[in-house]
Amino acid sequence: MAKYLAKRIFYLILTLFIVITVTFFLMKLLPGTPLTNQAKLSKSQIALIYQQYGLDKPVWQQYVLYLAGAVKGDFGTSFQFSDQPVSYLISSRIEPSLQIGLQAIIVGVILGIVVGAFGAMKQNTWADTTATIVSILGISIPSFVLAVLLQYYLGLKAGWFPIAEWGGFIYTVLPTLALAFTPLAESARFVRTEMVDVLSSDYIELAKAKGLSRTSVIYHHALRNSLIPLITIVGPLAVNIMTGSMVVENIFSIPGIGEQFVKSVLTNDYPTIMGLTIVYSFMLCVVLLITDILYGIVDPRIRITGKAN
Amino acid sequence: MDNEKDILEVRNLQVDFKTYAGDVKAIRNVSFDLRKGETLAIVGESGSGKSVTTRTIMGLNATNARITNGSIMYKGEDLLKKSEKEMEGIRGQDIAEIFQDPMTSLDPTMKIGRQIAEPLMVHKGMKKEKALAQALEMMKLVGITDAENRINDYPHQFSGGMRQRIVIAIALVNYPEILIADEPTTALDVTIQAQILNLMKELQDKISTSIIFITHDLGVVAGMADRVAVMYAGKIVEYGTVDEIFYNPKHPYTWGLLSSMPTLDTKGDELPSIPGTPPDLLDPPVGDAFAARNQYALKIDTEKEPPFFKVSDTHYAATWLLHPDAPKVTPPEQIVARQKKYAEMQAALRKHQADHTTPVEEEEEQQ
Repeated sequence: MAKYLAKRIFYLILTLFIVITVTFFLMKLLPGTPLTNQAKLSKSQIALIYQQYGLDKPVWQQYVLYLAGAVKGDFGTSFQFSDQPVSYLISSRIEPSLQIGLQAIIVGVILGIVVGAFGAMKQNTWADTTATIVSILGISIPSFVLAVLLQYYLGLKAGWFPIAEWGGFIYTVLPTLALAFTPLAESARFVRTEMVDVLSSDYIELAKAKGLSRTSVIYHHALRNSLIPLITIVGPLAVNIMTGSMVVENIFSIPGIGEQFVKSVLTNDYPTIMGLTIVYSFMLCVVLLITDILYGIVDPRIRITGKAN
Repeated sequence: MDNEKDILEVRNLQVDFKTYAGDVKAIRNVSFDLRKGETLAIVGESGSGKSVTTRTIMGLNATNARITNGSIMYKGEDLLKKSEKEMEGIRGQDIAEIFQDPMTSLDPTMKIGRQIAEPLMVHKGMKKEKALAQALEMMKLVGITDAENRINDYPHQFSGGMRQRIVIAIALVNYPEILIADEPTTALDVTIQAQILNLMKELQDKISTSIIFITHDLGVVAGMADRVAVMYAGKIVEYGTVDEIFYNPKHPYTWGLLSSMPTLDTKGDELPSIPGTPPDLLDPPVGDAFAARNQYALKIDTEKEPPFFKVSDTHYAATWLLHPDAPKVTPPEQIVARQKKYAEMQAALRKHQADHTTPVEEEEEQQ
């Protein structure tokens, strides 16, 4: 296990390095400079600012400097807010994002399991059809469209929830719902397929032959076996939530990293773009690692040994 | 109950399957008895209705199955009239089943001890610890070595033969009255097959259960069964004791089955087979369903369904060939050879018994 972890952590660092490299050069290909909007600056002022931030050096030198800093934990200073280190900028804003993301994935996956299991148990009835329609809608409607619809109907018309503010829990409901719909739909579809499969398997037949009641068969045998593969899609779902959150945070004015990311790209705030990219990649890698470890814990057939294969 | 030795009496059972194409008549008027402590083999090719019959007894048919007629009497009560809740109480307690493929019939994510203990917890209301202790005893009984350590293993840690032993342990843990074994050795290789069959025989003696043994492997039947019922196209066409079916078969279908089973005496290059394919049960043929494939078919076979003709007290066959007015036909040569061999064996046995009983009696007299 320790060996396996060490290997995975090495890969994680390698992945981050590749992400940093690719993003760094892609970012430099973006049109404009951080000062594009400050048209009133004179040429010498611009040159001075460039020098101050090290932007006058060749790109490869900037890259090496950035890497050297990143290794020491120095991710630079934001261009938008003077004197605000990127690490502070991110750490002060990550909490709302994590809260919304976690809430969305928990709500989405749990509801998805319920809807999916329900569909499988009532196979080919109106309930199953409804569940399928919900899934298709959930997969086809982008979270930002849903976000606007929720704002309009539940926020503006019904007046149940604040539209675009950030405060306590009540402010998180709409963005959570907007983000939760995709994981809900994905996991419902997945669970339904898995469960239909499991319900027709021989060991379910044997469980029935033991004299177990229908509920017992579902609870003790069908559910666990259909849910295990769900772990594999939690990784991709997390990505969904992360990318979705960038736009959704903007729509609901949530002071999170997603909103910050969008702003930074628009203003060519290089250090912040880099820092946030690293944070996103890191979170994704960790989610995938946790997924793999979790799989080994819940599925006895997959036990992680130290052996490489 | 017609016969007090009977533990299960199936009468005029008829099962249809609703499909888009129409009603598939999978079981067409099947009747048979299962006696206490015996092994009844039901043989027949795929699709003849063997498994549907046992599924119906267990009350585990697919949702599109309709039982249109018949009764299944167990302990004076008709299983077909029982509610789902009542059937849950019978399954795994009075009637248990062993399935065909041990590789897929165990829950992959549950420890095997728990899987064996489950029927005890459900039917006997045992606490987990006590049930597990009994599961351990059961594991030892079915011949799992190092059972104490293996009770916490998962199915994938066992070989196919070992898994089938566990499936048997699950089925027998409540000492059921009836054990249904649906091709329990088909998925196993031949050496393991023999071990599993021996184990089943051994356990049958220990816990005195009756077995319904479903198979298409006549070789297995010979060693396992007391009586045999041959099924074809959703009907039983012949039944009798294992010797009667093997050495004095009367139905042309049984002839075909037996001729297509190679034995040590089989000569020639080609193994005989039954020509044609089974009839479509969406629209079963009039008369004898086997007529189209039967080289001995009579005209009446295509017009009227043959009733059961009595061969002996225990042996019946549904073929017009047994009618007193039917022309005499000679069965295939393999069958004739079997009949001859059987007659010789019987004669030898009588001679043997005669030779051996006399001296014993003399000794007794001397004492």
